[in-house]
Amino acid sequence: MSSGGVAIQLRGVVKRFGDITAVDGLDLDVPQGICLGLLGPNGAGKSTTMRLLTGQAIADSGTIRVLDKELPARAKEARAEMGVVPQLDNLDVDVTVEDNLAVFARLYRVPDVRAAVDRALGIARLTGRRADAVDELSGGMRRRLLLARGLVHSPRLILLDEPTVGLDPQIRTELWSLIDGLRAEGATILMSTHYIEEAQRLADEVAVMTHGKIIARGTPKKLIEQHAGTETAEVYGPPDRLAEVRAAAAAQGMNVRPAGPAIAIVGSERATDGAVPEDAVRRAASLEDVFVMLTGEEAE
Amino acid sequence: MRRLEPAAIGGVMSREVANFRTFWKATTFSSVLEPVVYLLAFGLGLGATVVDRVDGLEYVEFVGTGMVATAVIFSSALPAMFGTFVKHRFQNTYDAILAAPVDVEELVTAEMLFIGLRSGFFGCFPLLVSMIFGLDPSPGMLLVPFFCFFTALGFAAFGIAVAASVAKIDQFNYVTTLVITPLFLVAGTFFPIDGLPQGVQVAANANPLHHLVELVRHASFGFEATDLLRVLGLIVFALVLWRVAVHRMEERLID
Repeated sequence: MSSGGVAIQLRGVVKRFGDITAVDGLDLDVPQGICLGLLGPNGAGKSTTMRLLTGQAIADSGTIRVLDKELPARAKEARAEMGVVPQLDNLDVDVTVEDNLAVFARLYRVPDVRAAVDRALGIARLTGRRADAVDELSGGMRRRLLLARGLVHSPRLILLDEPTVGLDPQIRTELWSLIDGLRAEGATILMSTHYIEEAQRLADEVAVMTHGKIIARGTPKKLIEQHAGTETAEVYGPPDRLAEVRAAAAAQGMNVRPAGPAIAIVGSERATDGAVPEDAVRRAASLEDVFVMLTGEEAE
Repeated sequence: MRRLEPAAIGGVMSREVANFRTFWKATTFSSVLEPVVYLLAFGLGLGATVVDRVDGLEYVEFVGTGMVATAVIFSSALPAMFGTFVKHRFQNTYDAILAAPVDVEELVTAEMLFIGLRSGFFGCFPLLVSMIFGLDPSPGMLLVPFFCFFTALGFAAFGIAVAASVAKIDQFNYVTTLVITPLFLVAGTFFPIDGLPQGVQVAANANPLHHLVELVRHASFGFEATDLLRVLGLIVFALVLWRVAVHRMEERLID
């Protein structure tokens, strides 16, 4: 176990690419045994943070410790104990499912390659497709294989970089059930995502990241309570009316955000004197409300 | 973890082997057919009509032994250039490998070794084909795979360094036109270099392919004392280009 039960520790980490600061003084702790969702819009610095954790990017300043190893000096040792599931499909498409896994079992120095491959195939429910070339698999199967590849050496820490980006809802749900299974087994998971629902369903804690910094962190429930209250009212109508409602709510100090064709008055339980129209649709406040309030971005 | 771990290098090479198993038939086919075509065109065509003997050898023997170098550069530099570029830019293969306990030095070394071994094997095919056309086998030929291996290591490293240096795949055209084609032509494969202008002869002596050509001919018809220096030169060439390739790939792959 790592000292203090912390799997990942970043302190004041800065990473620049020319004039762009991708990670800007990032402080982040990921305790052992939790699934932390790193939630942020595109360009927030999530993927750069993931690359910093594998030593594929070197911080300009700050310190990074992963599984008690200081990076970048001991990045290779840290990588031996972590599994990475990338955002982009980088499987060898002409090679069989089994060989894709076997190569990575060897790269991770697994003593019994065959047993590790069998186990990973079982997790990804691909045992029956082991002899097929990857380009014969469906999109969902390829994603499951990517996940299996990251788990072939039974890692202590799993990094999931936008694990379901670009997938259709059915495949996304399939993957969520696999990830949920890992979480239930007590694996430490850091998952970057810009899908609110993904973070809400899978993460024990969520860290909201924007412009290279964590701006809020907590359990989904706590974040909603702190930043969005208990209720949100959605108002639909023509633009002129929405503008009037927005002005009235803002005059009472309410937070109002766009919500597709509607506007959402966040924390509407606190509204008085008609700030929330009677025809508004009232619903429980959500993590999406928090995300949009904090980042100013539309949610996905 | 120490540098250049055999397990890491072996793991990366096992990926190359797994992929090679999917296209080995096409590689073998071209490795056999290409020297046949060249020997028919140059050896029998040119040899029968224009040139009879060169440097005391039948022209088919001269070209057949020289073509080993052609096979080596085309099975090392070009696959390294295109393979590295495609794996890095299009397939994101290196992102996956470098997320495992493998560093850039091990990755480059493994890729060089695999290409070196492959070229060491396929580089001998022109020699085998030449035997069908009348080249006599000799014990020295058993060393040819090793000569091919060392030369291919250097050219594989060259290809990897080039792939790590260009911005677009089209820029390989400059490299093939300005570097690979001249190296291939002024190696002494199709004509002896001692008939060339003095300046070109000096340049040819700096061409690793020329030394491979000489080594293969001497392995076939009798070694010379300077051959040890040629082998040493090829090893130095591979070592220097290895470090260049590692450096260029580190710059490319690590942000």
